[in-house]
Amino acid sequence: MQNIRSETADAGIVTLIWDMPDRSMNVLSESSLPEFAEAVDKAIADPAVKGVIVTSGKKDFIAGADLSMLEGETAAAGRSADRTEVAKRIYDQLMAVNLLLRRIEKAGKPFVAAINGTALGGGFEICLACHYRIVADDPRIQLGLPEAKVGVMPGAGGTQRLPRLIGVMAAAPLMLEGRTLGPQEALGANIVHKVVPAASLLDAAKAYIAGGGKAVQPWDEKGFKLPGGGPFTPGGSQIFIGGNAMLHARTFGNYPAQQAILSAVFEGVQVPIDAGLRIEARYMTSVMLDPVARNMIRSLFINMQRANKLATRPAGYPPAKLAKIGILGAGMMGAGIAHVSAAAGLDVVLIDRSQADADKGKAHSAGLLDKQVARGRMDAAKRESLLARIVPTTDYALLADADLVIEAVFEDRAIKADVTHRAEAVLPAHAVFGSNTSTLPITGLAEASKDASKFIGVHFFSPVDRMQLVEIIRGKATSDATLATAMDFVQRIKKTPIVVNDSRGFYTSRVFGTYTREGILMLAEGVGPALIENVGKMTGMPMAPLALADEVALDLIYKIGKQTQKDLGDAYRAGPLDGLIETLVVEMGRLGKKAGKGFYEYPADGKKRLWPGLADLVPRAAEQPEPDELRTRFLYVQALETARCYEENVVTDPADADIGAILGWGFAPWTGGPLSLIDTVGAAEFVRECDRLAQKYGERFTPNALLRRMAETGETFYGKKAAKAA
Amino acid sequence: MADAYIYDAVRTPRGKGKTDGSLHEATALYLATSVLKAVRDRNALDTSLVDDVVLGCVTPVGEQGSDIARIAVINADYAETVAGVQINRFCASGLEATNMAAAQVMAGQSDFAIGGGVESMSRVAMGSDGAAWATDPSIAFKSYFTPQGISADLIATKWGFSRTDVDAFAVESQKRAAAAWADRRFAKSIVPVKDQLGLTLLDRDEHMRAETSMQSLASLNASFATLGESMGFDGVALQRYPEVERIDHVHHAGNSSGIVDGAAAILIGTKEAGEKAGLKPRARIRAFGSIGSEPSIMLTGPEKVTRKVLARAGMTPGDIDLYELNEAFASVVLLYMQLLEIPHDKINVNGGAIAMGHPLGATGAMILGTLLDEMERRDLETGLATLCVGAGMGTATIIERL
Repeated sequence: MQNIRSETADAGIVTLIWDMPDRSMNVLSESSLPEFAEAVDKAIADPAVKGVIVTSGKKDFIAGADLSMLEGETAAAGRSADRTEVAKRIYDQLMAVNLLLRRIEKAGKPFVAAINGTALGGGFEICLACHYRIVADDPRIQLGLPEAKVGVMPGAGGTQRLPRLIGVMAAAPLMLEGRTLGPQEALGANIVHKVVPAASLLDAAKAYIAGGGKAVQPWDEKGFKLPGGGPFTPGGSQIFIGGNAMLHARTFGNYPAQQAILSAVFEGVQVPIDAGLRIEARYMTSVMLDPVARNMIRSLFINMQRANKLATRPAGYPPAKLAKIGILGAGMMGAGIAHVSAAAGLDVVLIDRSQADADKGKAHSAGLLDKQVARGRMDAAKRESLLARIVPTTDYALLADADLVIEAVFEDRAIKADVTHRAEAVLPAHAVFGSNTSTLPITGLAEASKDASKFIGVHFFSPVDRMQLVEIIRGKATSDATLATAMDFVQRIKKTPIVVNDSRGFYTSRVFGTYTREGILMLAEGVGPALIENVGKMTGMPMAPLALADEVALDLIYKIGKQTQKDLGDAYRAGPLDGLIETLVVEMGRLGKKAGKGFYEYPADGKKRLWPGLADLVPRAAEQPEPDELRTRFLYVQALETARCYEENVVTDPADADIGAILGWGFAPWTGGPLSLIDTVGAAEFVRECDRLAQKYGERFTPNALLRRMAETGETFYGKKAAKAA
Repeated sequence: MADAYIYDAVRTPRGKGKTDGSLHEATALYLATSVLKAVRDRNALDTSLVDDVVLGCVTPVGEQGSDIARIAVINADYAETVAGVQINRFCASGLEATNMAAAQVMAGQSDFAIGGGVESMSRVAMGSDGAAWATDPSIAFKSYFTPQGISADLIATKWGFSRTDVDAFAVESQKRAAAAWADRRFAKSIVPVKDQLGLTLLDRDEHMRAETSMQSLASLNASFATLGESMGFDGVALQRYPEVERIDHVHHAGNSSGIVDGAAAILIGTKEAGEKAGLKPRARIRAFGSIGSEPSIMLTGPEKVTRKVLARAGMTPGDIDLYELNEAFASVVLLYMQLLEIPHDKINVNGGAIAMGHPLGATGAMILGTLLDEMERRDLETGLATLCVGAGMGTATIIERL
């Protein structure tokens, strides 16, 4: 036994302590589960054992299922030719756990969960199968079933026990949203029985057993009634009717796991729990066989963790010294970067042209903090100490001891060059210079620097306090040491980095632009704008394309188009998009949301509406396309551009491409990202489809050489890293 | 194949579907029994000649549970040999029951059959029978389940019927119903409901509001706005109809069918059976049918089933002299009129369910009787009755006078 320790204390109480070696957190895995089963069955069979305590020897209780194991299972499912065979294997594995937990429940002796730390997913489901749940009174402890967040569902009885404990109305949202609760909240929600000081946890558990605590679950007692009633009671039916609609409206049917949770609950609560567990296992198996689960686990959990741990940070460089950073430009972005840096404990020098502008930048931080204090999320003292770290000024001399500078001034080469010179005149030798530019190639900007090896792109997303991603861009001369420092900084401010190489539009702006452009192109073809917008949302994008274009601002799109035209000269090919944008921006002054009018109208007193005048501007085509065709166009145009970025070495790691897409512009998370999408569809099918789209809609859909080769060889982006062309 | 003739059509007046409705104290069984008794008594009918009674009842639980038709047959003291069956095709049940009765006769397997329906909405609430469609996530998602009021609003939005349009239609329905009652145009079919003492419980449709005006309707809030906007149903509907930007919510209690209590029965038989019984046939059932249509928008079935049944009868819309389409929601009728180019003076000429109410299981038989009465009054030859139906269906019947 490596993973579970068994200690027998006074008078027949066995304590099973989860403590997996070589891991910071306990997980349900291929090694820990069988050991747990063995220990449990031994305790049940032993007449000398009066009761069992389940606890953890680590800071956390049990964090959930080993997602790498799950990812392996789902990958195997994807590769297997015999779906039924794989399904049976997964189902049997799930049922083995279910049967174990039922043995615990029916053992006739009390099992007490002494929850000393965070218990999530399968870890919390083990607690639910115990007769008594005591939690340590530590507000950092999180309890719940967050599986839906990574595209799976509770698979160790959670969908059957939680509703039987607290009713469907309370249980369903917890599972659908994957919401976790602290100890006091959990007590209030009746999902744990008691909260005690951490030091008394085990004593309290022992006292329950010694005091003859009950060893029967509510649902195993005669006459058990589902709290709140089942789906065909007057109250119960409304929960499902409304719940179905809200889930369907929110997820557009893109997330099979959440639908499966609802079905497992709906069907499971109508039958005895043993049948309900089989129903849950069937749904969980179906979810695991669905590529969505596999893609979400890989991108949103495994690769996200890798990125947050800086798995691709250049080796051999010690952690960067980051005590003070300088920010040039106290506008929205600069102010946001200042805020998150101060929140991470860094001293910040916030520089702008006038003291008033610099102060305004700091005020932005104050505003955000005021909201947090008002919501009880932060106390006033913390607010003060955070704000004190931000020094708004016009004086570059204060950068003399800065370790890192981020330039966040206007997208203008001259202005950027000027502030670069001013800062570098004062900066210490080791300082790294970062630019938050979203469009100007780094190598060109670095020409204004004394030392291009210390120059790097650090592209934040708006609003900085809420957007998780930072796109780090290597210029031609950027050194590994500089990259390491930039990555350390991103980790320090608790954001997720991806690393891309220098080019026009870098990665995120370049690919994201294809989405909005596709929507405008559809409009120019005569597709109804409502159809375009609805399908954009149904595809799983966070915003519809024309609405997004309005937010980005049509005059910006116009300017970028004109700049591209200038830069490419004869190579530039004008299209229907140019005329349309020019008319909207230049002739009609419809600049977008900021002007109160763009593709939409923005009335002061109400919701935005599509501008009816669009029908006059572009005649509606007599035959409207099928929604699926538009959906394919939206997804594939972005995936194609990503594949081009990959081929051109703009982005070199498929995981970075996928995470960057999801975090950077909300690319349909259910796909796991654009390259995951191509892998899931299969390069051959993807290329075939793109050729068809290219025929019909234009050469922007023409697949690149990399994809054509992958189509022939059957390579995938993730299988083994697709080798680039020689 | 034998011809099926309508010999008689009766209906109770419609009581308000609330606890203070005049028929709230009459059980559903009592209502069904009363129309069966009326058919027998008005025609001095030897009930042993009746092979079967088919009654629609859409919420067959509680006192409307099991097979209320057979129980009502027993309760009405029909001959022991008369069978009875309850059926459910949602709102079209009464017409479907009539069609089924006619089919038995036309197939030569019955001589007399009665089709009709009963629903006491004040005593057995709509939807209280449960059902999978909206509740079971697997089908709710798959079929984009949308409540019927939202479907009606979606129809109004897609085809451009404004709040003014639907309210104007409602005002007209009320006007026509009031005029029809004042003119005693329903006298032939209405069978007042009396209690066991012989005292009248109800002798007229009490849901009507003759004073309804555009102003009085304008003050009503759209009933389905919250359901659509806050509970996600608009979002679901737009996934099925993504060419629509947003749903304009225009329906409310004043331009939708009323919730009421009532029962109806139609006596159908062969020519020979009628002659032998000394009865004069009033009309022949020329054709009938049902179809399925898109479940999410739900209420577009009538035009489709009308075309199907007309084609079977070798007729065109213009060949029909008079129409009855159940007024589930104003937009349903406005759409039907537009698609088939039926002028408003040829359809629902005596008002409809917006004014008089829609007792779910019975309405189909009620509007067929109303149609026949008016055809006789105007001396018209052909008529078509149809209804929109839950889960996307339509049912229609063509009758012709002799």
